[in-house]
Amino acid sequence: MTAAAAPHTAGASQRASCDPAASFTIERAEGGVRLSGTFRTTDAARAWDELHAAFAGAGPGELALDLSGVERIDGGVIALIVAARDELAALGVNARIVSTPEHVRPLFELYGGLEEASVRAPRPALGPIEAIGDVAVRWAAATRVAVIFLAEVASAFVSLLRRPRSAHLKEVPWLVQRAGFDALPIVSLISFLVGFVMGYQSARQLERFGANVYVADLVGISITRELAPLMTAIIVAGRSGAAFAAEISTMKVSDEVDALRVMGLRPIAWLVVPRLLALVLVLPILVLVSDVIGIAGGLVVAVMSLDVSASAYLLETRRGLVPWDVGQGLVKSVPFGLAIALIACQQGFAASGGAESVGRRTTTTVVTCLFALVLLDAAFTFTFRMLGL
Amino acid sequence: MNAAPQEAPPERERVLDVRGLTIGWGDRVLHHDLTFHVDRGEVFAILGRSGSGKSTLLRFLIGLERPIAGDVDIAGQGPVDLTTGLPPFGVMFQAGALFGSMTVGENVELPLAEWTDLPPKAAAAIARTKLALVGLEGAFETLPSELSGGMVRRAALARALALDPELLFLDEPSAGLDPITAKEIDDLIRTLNESLGLTCIVVTHELESIFAIADRCIVLDDRGGGIVAEGDPRALRESTDPRVREFFTRGGRG
Repeated sequence: MTAAAAPHTAGASQRASCDPAASFTIERAEGGVRLSGTFRTTDAARAWDELHAAFAGAGPGELALDLSGVERIDGGVIALIVAARDELAALGVNARIVSTPEHVRPLFELYGGLEEASVRAPRPALGPIEAIGDVAVRWAAATRVAVIFLAEVASAFVSLLRRPRSAHLKEVPWLVQRAGFDALPIVSLISFLVGFVMGYQSARQLERFGANVYVADLVGISITRELAPLMTAIIVAGRSGAAFAAEISTMKVSDEVDALRVMGLRPIAWLVVPRLLALVLVLPILVLVSDVIGIAGGLVVAVMSLDVSASAYLLETRRGLVPWDVGQGLVKSVPFGLAIALIACQQGFAASGGAESVGRRTTTTVVTCLFALVLLDAAFTFTFRMLGL
Repeated sequence: MNAAPQEAPPERERVLDVRGLTIGWGDRVLHHDLTFHVDRGEVFAILGRSGSGKSTLLRFLIGLERPIAGDVDIAGQGPVDLTTGLPPFGVMFQAGALFGSMTVGENVELPLAEWTDLPPKAAAAIARTKLALVGLEGAFETLPSELSGGMVRRAALARALALDPELLFLDEPSAGLDPITAKEIDDLIRTLNESLGLTCIVVTHELESIFAIADRCIVLDDRGGGIVAEGDPRALRESTDPRVREFFTRGGRG
């Protein structure tokens, strides 16, 4: 309908701002502002600036936006004019759009330009105290959800004892393969490198005291007690934790979880129990592998650059390590696996909405897992120390 | 009714009885005090514009959400509790909700494997029959992601029918399908209803399918006003209520 006013057809090249047909003026006139010419969306930025320049200094009262000179106008510019009018209304200026030419009237009607200006009250910003309260309420809600989830998992285990079929235990071997076996290459590589780097860094110091052979003790103890369980758990959190969260949240957003429920199956038992069992089974085994390969990494350094023979290194490792060093790492790995599975599954079930939620839940899972693992590790180290272990 | 002892019409058995149901979450009430029932053997449609809460009502009927007030009685067994065992109905979700990690065949087998002691071979045989029933003979080994929209609905229908429920809930069974495929799904529902005596409760806004399949329907108000009409859709087309009339003449697409 507006094309009738502008005789030429609008080609892409003619939309450029240098197009003489797309020129307009916004000028102050008696009692308001007068707009005339051809307004294209490609020139909208200039129109926006000039509108504001024309409105500058407008005091409370009436203001007319005279459109009688408008030949042609794009929807985007109309939207800007309407938005500018609403901005003015918020300042107490009653701007009215007047003399709209007949040929652009329908467009203005469509964009709400003929109605009264609507003043939207800005949403009040939260004060510091309200903000703290808001965070507290969110935390309380999140804690509540987590506690309910834990209770449901516990009850799922109880019902598992009564009716083993209620959990999808068939899935466990497959999950063990994915979370455990498939993780072996990356766990091995990282353990080897960590052992290697540890040995290399400590070698410089130990060499000064002629205590080369003690690199075996240093690497052995730090790998078995701390690094192997923590590194392995972090890798598993990144691989399997993220995978579980993504998988379950996708099932949640595509109604698959509800489909399980209406089949009379309990999604928690069905999805969480096998994943939990799989990680608790897998992590200690991965930690053992990581122990061995980490020590091997130290051995390579010792042989290559410390003039320690392989047999002397292994002898010293055996002398320096007590079974509890390895046992401590294994003991820790079980709660690590539990924490990863619980966090990942809880985040998965908390998903709602669409794809964006899946991404957010997966990210939260990895971050929360890392935090929880380091926290748990510190708590265990402290507890073992207190117990004199 | 004061006439001579006339033979009373046979009392039809109610499969679903909803009394005073208020749906919503917390303070947000969506519909207040809904009362309706569905008889055995009917195809019953829940109609309304987009956003009128018809799919939400379905979630309350099948026990996925807890009502604020009122009762949902299915097959005379009282309110549904999904945690206590196999519910007495099948559900076909809007987008199918097939398990993406399993083949179509495994999807249909799943309820059989969980709720019967059938050996795997027998369960597979039943699953194949159900798939044939919906016209998906060859799709047993296919993954849901490889199916077209219409095939996903068929597979979901087969899964919902796996344990031969007497009552079937269908959420928008033909939404988003081309008219021909939509009609095929409608025909399938009608056939299942007639040949198996299956009671179907269908949530939909497709006028074509309403007139093709529904014996009776309710129309939900899109501004939380509850049920604005109940009855035979062909009769409701002549309704004097503007809200009902608009729905049936202009279509439910909002």
